[in-house]
Amino acid sequence: MHRRGVGAGAIAKKKLAEAKYKERGTVLAEDQIVQMSKQLETFKSNLEEFASKHKQEIRKNPQFRVQFQEMCATIGVDPLASGKGFWSEMLGVGDFYYELGVQIIEVCLALKHRNGGLITLDELHQRVLKGRGKYAQDVSQDDLVRAIKKLKVMGSGFGMIPVGGSYLVQSVPAELNMDHTVVLQLAEKKGYVTVSEIKGSLKWEKERACHVLDHLLKEGLAWLDSQAGGEAQYWLPALFSELTSRDVTPEEANQMTP
Amino acid sequence: MDRFSWSNGLLEINETLVIQQRGVRLYDGDDKAKLEVGVVLLSTHRLIWRDGKNNDCCLAMPLSQIIFFEEQAAGIGKSAKIVIHLHPSPPNKEPGPYQNSKYSYIKLSFKEHGQIEFYRRLTEEMTQKRWENNPSSQPISTGTGSQAGRTRAVGIVGIERKIEEKRKETDKNISEAFEDLSKLMVKAKEMVELSRSIANKIKDKQGDITEDETIRFKSYLLSMGIANPVTRETHGSGTHYHMQLAKQLGDMLQAPLEERGGMMALTEVYCLVNRARGMELLSPEDLLNACKMFESLKLPLRLRVFDSGVMVVQLESHSEEEMIASALDNVTEKGSLTAEEFAKLLGLSVLLSKERLLLAEKIGHLCRDDSVEGLRFYANCF
Repeated sequence: MHRRGVGAGAIAKKKLAEAKYKERGTVLAEDQIVQMSKQLETFKSNLEEFASKHKQEIRKNPQFRVQFQEMCATIGVDPLASGKGFWSEMLGVGDFYYELGVQIIEVCLALKHRNGGLITLDELHQRVLKGRGKYAQDVSQDDLVRAIKKLKVMGSGFGMIPVGGSYLVQSVPAELNMDHTVVLQLAEKKGYVTVSEIKGSLKWEKERACHVLDHLLKEGLAWLDSQAGGEAQYWLPALFSELTSRDVTPEEANQMTP
Repeated sequence: MDRFSWSNGLLEINETLVIQQRGVRLYDGDDKAKLEVGVVLLSTHRLIWRDGKNNDCCLAMPLSQIIFFEEQAAGIGKSAKIVIHLHPSPPNKEPGPYQNSKYSYIKLSFKEHGQIEFYRRLTEEMTQKRWENNPSSQPISTGTGSQAGRTRAVGIVGIERKIEEKRKETDKNISEAFEDLSKLMVKAKEMVELSRSIANKIKDKQGDITEDETIRFKSYLLSMGIANPVTRETHGSGTHYHMQLAKQLGDMLQAPLEERGGMMALTEVYCLVNRARGMELLSPEDLLNACKMFESLKLPLRLRVFDSGVMVVQLESHSEEEMIASALDNVTEKGSLTAEEFAKLLGLSVLLSKERLLLAEKIGHLCRDDSVEGLRFYANCF
């Protein structure tokens, strides 16, 4: 541990340094730390007052949550960085998002055998709501997006792919580059895509299209329907809507691989 | 409820589905409709409702029937609702579940939530009025819509006035909250700037900062949620808080890790720990920062990052060689294994079993057979 110099010589040296700094108008770092400590106390009590008046607003009003998050981002503060942060402790925002994180992870894990680790934000939203039960607080899609952003730091491949006006949420560390993303976006309309469609819409050669589709098959993100009339169709289970599909058990999923 | 018509629920050519929400019950005015709980669907043209159990029971109403709508907050034992006020039906309206109704409004009761998103999307659709640009193939009457704009039914004026007052009141509350929030943010911003100045000085080694002061400074940053630019310390972003956490985790994770073959993905740990806590949950960053301190605190756990980016917590006692040797043994015994099969064998998650196989491959003990049927590993005879 670094010990400050003691003794007359050190004191004299320090006085000299202080004088020099005062001359230049600079403040010593350790004085600033003391200043920060004081400001922190004041801030904490201001935040407590704010919380007592408006904590409910944050709980009930998702629009307010969005504004709050954006203001924090503008000034360089992350209210969700730590459960030990003031924001989390006093406004209760932390627990809300961290618990949401747990629910998101669980939903993605439960469906991975079916969709390979890719799910639409809409479906994720529906399933999370279902899991939260009747008496829990409602969550918006913005809330989900923010929770997912936080999950990224844990390295298990959480990410979001823009598709058709919304997002696909990825929860496995599968490598998906621009080519894969573009094909996913193409498949969004019908839930499946064919090699000809890719060649036609994206003007790729057959090899490039097949390479991308093979990768999606291998990662379990696409299923091959070689019995479709005409050309083989590559289906994305992530894009199946609730109305047109039923749940598949892991055993059934295994039987479906050729 | 007499504005609805029976429908087959299929979308028309220019019609797109915007959002759907299950667990919704319809109300005729204030009375529960004589229907079960079902799924409500919003399209660019219509509001559709389908019985949750009986798919043949399906109703629809053009969005042009809607005058306006408002949220009704949940109460004790009552779900949140959206109240939708409607124009009178056009004379050529197709038959529906109700011949007539004394109410000119319906309610959607969201028994499984989802009202926030639904309300937002409904607002968007009612603002954009996309059905006017893309008439669907079935004639949707818009006559009443334009007429009612001029002739107001009695009672609507009163309702609109109430809505306006409520909106002003809510706005006032929100703007007060925003005002207070803005003031708070100004103070927070001052502290962000102060912390940057301090951090720069620490970097440039101006002044005489003790390690204690540095640790204190870092805990201030943690409280405020300011990113820590000073990371040269051995503890990284760690603070006393993270040290404590690391020790708690050391105790708490021993048994679960043993059960799971000595290794757990960080996301698994996150869920396990937070479910156990119930409240005062850990943020993902808290967990990560605590795990980074395992080694320096000489705890028997390690944080490990695989090439794929996957992060795991593993027992220090489970050495790498052991894991690779066991992977090789298992593969040789079975001839070949996929990640799923290996996972079932060891009781591991598929993610982690894959990482082990990849690790063994990296060393050269296993080789892969990569096809569209899946990734399969064999003992390396080369």
